[in-house]
Amino acid sequence: MNRLLFYLICLTCLISQTVFAQENIQFSNQIRPILADHCYACHGPDAATREGGLRLDDKASAFKPADSGAIPIVPGDPAASEIIKRIHASDEDELMPPPAAKKPLSTQQIQLLERWIAAGAPWEEHWAFKPAQRPDLPTPQKVDWVKNPIDHFVLQRLEEQGLTPSPEASKTTLIRRVYLDLIGLPPTANQVDAFINDEDPLAYEKLVNQLLASPSYGEHMATFWLDAARFADTNGYQNDFRRSMWLWRDWVIKAFNHNLPYNEFTIQQLAGDMLPNATIEQQIASGFNRNHRSNTEGGSINEEWLVENVVDRVETTATVFLGLTMGCARCHDHKYDPISQREFYQFFSYFYNVDEQGVYTERRGNAGPTVAVPTPELQTRVAETREKLQLAKRDLEAKQQALQQSQENWSSQLLASARMKTDWPAQVFCFPVEANGVENEPPIPWDRWKSNTFGKSAEITSTADGFANLGTAFNFDAAQEFTLSAWVRPTQFGAIISRMDESNDYRGFDVLIMPNGRINVHLIHQWPKNATKVTTKIPIQKNQWTHVVVTNRAPGRAKDIQVYLNGHSVACSIDSDSLTGSTLTDHPTWLGFRAKTNRFAGLIGPVKVWDTTFSPEWVQQLFQKALADRIDLEDLAESYRQEIQQLYFYSQTLDELNQVKALEQETKRLQREFPTTMVMKERTQPRQAYVLDRGQYDRPDKTQPVTAGLPALFKSNRQPRNRLELARWLVDGENPLTARVAVNHWWSRYFGIGLLETPENFGVQSPVPSHPLLLDWLATELVRTEWDVKDMQRLIVTSATYRQSSMATPEAFSEDPQNRNLARGPRFRLPAESIRDNALFISGLLTQRVGGPSIKPYQPAGLWAELAGGAGEPPYQQAKNDDLYRRSLYIYRKRTVPHPTMTTFDGGGRDVCAVSRDRTNTPLQALALMNDATYVEAARALATEVVKAAADHDERLKIAFRRATCRWPLSSELAVLESAYRKYQQHFAESPHSAEAILQIGQWHANSNISNVDLAAYSMVCSLILNLDEVITKE
Amino acid sequence: MQDSMKSLQAAQHFNRRQFVKGGGIGLGALALKAMQTNAASADSHASPAKAKRVIYMFQSGAPSQLETFDYKPNLVDIQKTELPDSVRMGQRLTGMTSGQKSFPIAPSKFKFQQHGQSGAWISDLLPYTSQVADDLCIINSMKTEAINHDPAITFCQTGFQLAGRPSIGAWVAYGLGSANENLPAYVVMVSRGTGRAAGQPLYDRLWGSGFLPGKHQGVKLRSGKDPVLYLENPNGCTTQLRREMLDDLASLNQIRSRQVGDPEIQTRISQYELAFRMQSSVPELTDISEEPEHVLEMYGEDVRKPGTYARNCLLARRMAEQGVRFIQLFHMGWDQHNDLPDHMSKQCKDTDQASAALVKDLKQRGLLDDTLLIWGGEFGRTVYCQGQFTDTTYGRDHHPKNFSIWLAGGGIKPGLTYGKTDDFSYNVTENPVEVFDLNATILHQLGLDHEKLTWRFQGRDYRLTDVHGRVLTDLLG
Repeated sequence: MNRLLFYLICLTCLISQTVFAQENIQFSNQIRPILADHCYACHGPDAATREGGLRLDDKASAFKPADSGAIPIVPGDPAASEIIKRIHASDEDELMPPPAAKKPLSTQQIQLLERWIAAGAPWEEHWAFKPAQRPDLPTPQKVDWVKNPIDHFVLQRLEEQGLTPSPEASKTTLIRRVYLDLIGLPPTANQVDAFINDEDPLAYEKLVNQLLASPSYGEHMATFWLDAARFADTNGYQNDFRRSMWLWRDWVIKAFNHNLPYNEFTIQQLAGDMLPNATIEQQIASGFNRNHRSNTEGGSINEEWLVENVVDRVETTATVFLGLTMGCARCHDHKYDPISQREFYQFFSYFYNVDEQGVYTERRGNAGPTVAVPTPELQTRVAETREKLQLAKRDLEAKQQALQQSQENWSSQLLASARMKTDWPAQVFCFPVEANGVENEPPIPWDRWKSNTFGKSAEITSTADGFANLGTAFNFDAAQEFTLSAWVRPTQFGAIISRMDESNDYRGFDVLIMPNGRINVHLIHQWPKNATKVTTKIPIQKNQWTHVVVTNRAPGRAKDIQVYLNGHSVACSIDSDSLTGSTLTDHPTWLGFRAKTNRFAGLIGPVKVWDTTFSPEWVQQLFQKALADRIDLEDLAESYRQEIQQLYFYSQTLDELNQVKALEQETKRLQREFPTTMVMKERTQPRQAYVLDRGQYDRPDKTQPVTAGLPALFKSNRQPRNRLELARWLVDGENPLTARVAVNHWWSRYFGIGLLETPENFGVQSPVPSHPLLLDWLATELVRTEWDVKDMQRLIVTSATYRQSSMATPEAFSEDPQNRNLARGPRFRLPAESIRDNALFISGLLTQRVGGPSIKPYQPAGLWAELAGGAGEPPYQQAKNDDLYRRSLYIYRKRTVPHPTMTTFDGGGRDVCAVSRDRTNTPLQALALMNDATYVEAARALATEVVKAAADHDERLKIAFRRATCRWPLSSELAVLESAYRKYQQHFAESPHSAEAILQIGQWHANSNISNVDLAAYSMVCSLILNLDEVITKE
Repeated sequence: MQDSMKSLQAAQHFNRRQFVKGGGIGLGALALKAMQTNAASADSHASPAKAKRVIYMFQSGAPSQLETFDYKPNLVDIQKTELPDSVRMGQRLTGMTSGQKSFPIAPSKFKFQQHGQSGAWISDLLPYTSQVADDLCIINSMKTEAINHDPAITFCQTGFQLAGRPSIGAWVAYGLGSANENLPAYVVMVSRGTGRAAGQPLYDRLWGSGFLPGKHQGVKLRSGKDPVLYLENPNGCTTQLRREMLDDLASLNQIRSRQVGDPEIQTRISQYELAFRMQSSVPELTDISEEPEHVLEMYGEDVRKPGTYARNCLLARRMAEQGVRFIQLFHMGWDQHNDLPDHMSKQCKDTDQASAALVKDLKQRGLLDDTLLIWGGEFGRTVYCQGQFTDTTYGRDHHPKNFSIWLAGGGIKPGLTYGKTDDFSYNVTENPVEVFDLNATILHQLGLDHEKLTWRFQGRDYRLTDVHGRVLTDLLG
């Protein structure tokens, strides 16, 4: 097709040329949209699909000869212009657009193109890609209406269209509107009264300032940002595991409340982690680009999802800050905007260097990189614990010093205290040496008996015959008291002593050092259903002597067992406590062994057994006596003496040591409780990005490595080399898009639609803004005020434009359904979050507490289980107490099963970035407002409030209506409410159990002094009121 | 055509602002005019709608083609030998088997027989489906791009592997609206199989509306007392009381409407009325007490239990009668990585009888001709064994390169087995069918041109089939 370009056809062109030559045709508004829609697919930015070497998105290309030599557009001469010839071609092979493209031009479009060329084909660059120039304020006629610069532009357009602005809204309407817009909640009746009665001409401005200073302002502003940032509480793929990003969400709230300038807001969220000496807050902010979904599905391919994460960041960043559909250039050059595929991957490079994986298989919770941040409560507890720790350490040092100073006489002290008790009961067993000095039959060869620190020790090895078989040396039943004492110096942890028949349901007992050094005591009749098992909470050490004592106060239940280490009792956890039977067994007693899996190795010194239960004091004495007996010996080796001294010192300071250890553990445990949040963090070794063929992760084009860089369309002199520089470039005030995109977002919040209707797309295919100059003026104003966010909100809501009444004739609504002319104030349904918050506030149920983990409000039972079947998360656990009534921005966002009323009211799925929401009007919304427990309960709470507030029946109805709408009902409205109440009251009077039933719904219980029937009737009236269109609408 | 394009744009524009009075019908009609292929157009495939509605029985988790419809008798002779590299051709594997050292061939444990006049090969696991073989068009050459569940099922539903785009039912709801103003245009029902306790989860977004207006999203019909969320009045509020309350609500809304002039209030009033009608129409739909015994028997014992696949099939038929446009069932549990013979038998037992009953039931009521049925999952399974391989058991990993589905009714040729795969059921050798082609064909049968059913978002006209898709003319009756 592109070979054949020189054909002479079509006389009509000649005619049009002469007739329309003088016309004023706007290229941007009228011509480019035609070219973009019908021609760019083959004659646009995408080099791969470009035909005939012709670009109609580029002036130079469009005006110079194409590959064929024909000149596509000859200014002033449609007949000579190849594009016009081809539009009229009769040969299907020649005809443009080609019939196969199914994009034919209309007659009007063809004429428009002809008239435009005849008029000299004036060409303009796409407005949004040129820096905003601050326009002069227009000078409309009705200047007394104007309150601030916004109004100049709006009034100018109204006057051009022969329209007049609407009068200012009533104070009642205005206060409700500005409350709902700035803080997402309505005013109370008192606040309405105060405003109405405030005669100050600046009363409204004062009110606006108060609202901007309210903590609820940040919450409301954040609500919309969470959509843009695709914030959620789960990772979004397959099993949809929980994650924790609320610290980031709270950062956003704080940023708005502290009026962080938009440039800082942007930089910290895109690259807070890369700022020099980044604070923890700045790192948290960088979680913006970790909010995307992340894949944990088993079997997923790491490289594939690494690419998807980065693509999501590119698309989100480009959409939110630049209003560009950059994702369209992933697989090929952009079809409409001048963004090549290569440029896409340059931009991709900015976000490709995060220290992360693509897939975290079955990972529950956050995936790295993360930061941990204590909550204020945890912070206090950590500080307190640390303080206690300091004191404990000081105590310990003091004690150690005292002991050191008593260097000379520690042994005499020890001897003195150890000799205090003399009436020791007789041992029933002693090993290896009986009390009378007779050595027992050695169960292992004598050469493995070593004289040691505490006398003769058996050297147990982990070989098959390395343990000592004590035969029937002693036996006892758990039903009888006993005390067992042993000195051990393990090199490998295992059984100290056992008498257990594993083949008979483990009947018997053992004292076992587990691999982690903690000591188990088993007393077993039949494992596991008839047994006692306790485990010490602290471990013993290898290669050190430890005195282990176990006492049993019969009958051997967990509470009867006490374990002592070096004379001190230690706490135990109870693992099993069901022993009722005997523990006697014929199995031999073994020293250092129970089963192959738990062979002890090291030294076991004297083992002694008594058939009585020693008290803690006795055990302490026993320990000291063992030390004293040894140091009393004249010929004790010096090294032993020192070892004993150390042990003595150690035992004397054990309480203090344990205290220090416990506090250290507590500090660590608290630190593990710190909530974490995912953040950005650069890898030290950058990843090399390539252009991916067709956008596919496994088809990198190795001939096309790319480095980070901006698309050429920005004509930027400086190339940001990394993410931080990119973020700074975004808000340097030179870039044509960021400020325009930001003010357009905010504007749409107030008026229901942006000055540019497509906040997600400022590209060539975007429609014409309703007030292009106003958009540019606001953008320059944002930069001029150093990106002051609150200032911008204030500017918008204090304009006369915003303050107009939203009432209008049906004709006005039908002529301008979207209110593009701004001849009236905004009127539209509240966003999903506000609908619930508003009802909770009106009824007095709302809990206003800023920040913290997300909460789970009422939700029909079984929703999670139906789809996920328990995969990923435990069953839905409804919030308790006042958490049930927190603002909706805190609702737990499970991506694969979003909260149903959020979805029903267009509250965003949070799978991907979204910068605008629908406002649908559906039967499912009606069902939710009538029947969801949230609203049924709110109606009851409101009823209870109004009953309390007034004794008069009419007064109650009026108050209920006013709380919900801020205004008093008209008499006609009151009449409806009246008759409604009477009907409902009669209904419930006839069926009191119905009244009972409806009052039971929800957790909140009414405390009212009127009858259930009356309360139910008032509740039904309140439900009626909460369902009013006006109540869920900003007027 | 120009006019039709304009009215489409007008529909889109209108759409953003208002739900058309009288429920879903109005918009559908607007969009319909714009997009129907039977409007005067140069499209050579133009044809009037053959199907008025669709029932899509989605088998979530991916049933094995080797144990259902893709008969490979030769595999027995080479069982436990290695899958030749020449067959695998470097095809990517999931992370679950890419580390496997060996890829032994596992033939189906289940026998196949030919059925009906058409002689379609169907496994013994599907005795009831076999009975309706002559009504089915079996496709053995389906292909997909994804190899993991989430992206694959998202791709089937939206034509894109990542979340964010409208689902096929939402596109249809947008294009055609509802034929019954008291019921939603797109209804979804889910059931859980017995073959795999912890089956693959589903996600609300699979029937979401993406960037289309939220009202086009599928409404999930539940098996509990509130088939539609919040449908039932609170305890203590009778139908009569609700009616009175709605009258009062309308009175108050009318008073406000006269003052503020916003037509949205009228829309709101009509939506409350529609909600009220749904409060009776939906329970009527789900109440099967009037169904005769022989019909219940046809669907099998499970039909008596709410929430089962069999019950959902019966409800699908009732919805088809009531004019719901797009009815989609999701049955979970088809993900036989291990213990395939045991688990697959259970899954088939859950679904076989009721799927076939739905075909028969629609046929005997004369509804099969204009109802398009689709049975299928998101991908196939590997010929080689995953995990333990003994004489009695084996498993299969995900396989995107070919899988089997069937279509019935709605103008599709019955008694046809379409597409071929190689001896290993590993590659398509004849008549490959992409997911885009299937979706284009579904739209085509509904009278919608998949290239014209578009929505402008981010400056681009999006389609269910992106820039792909061809109508499978070979299959059209």
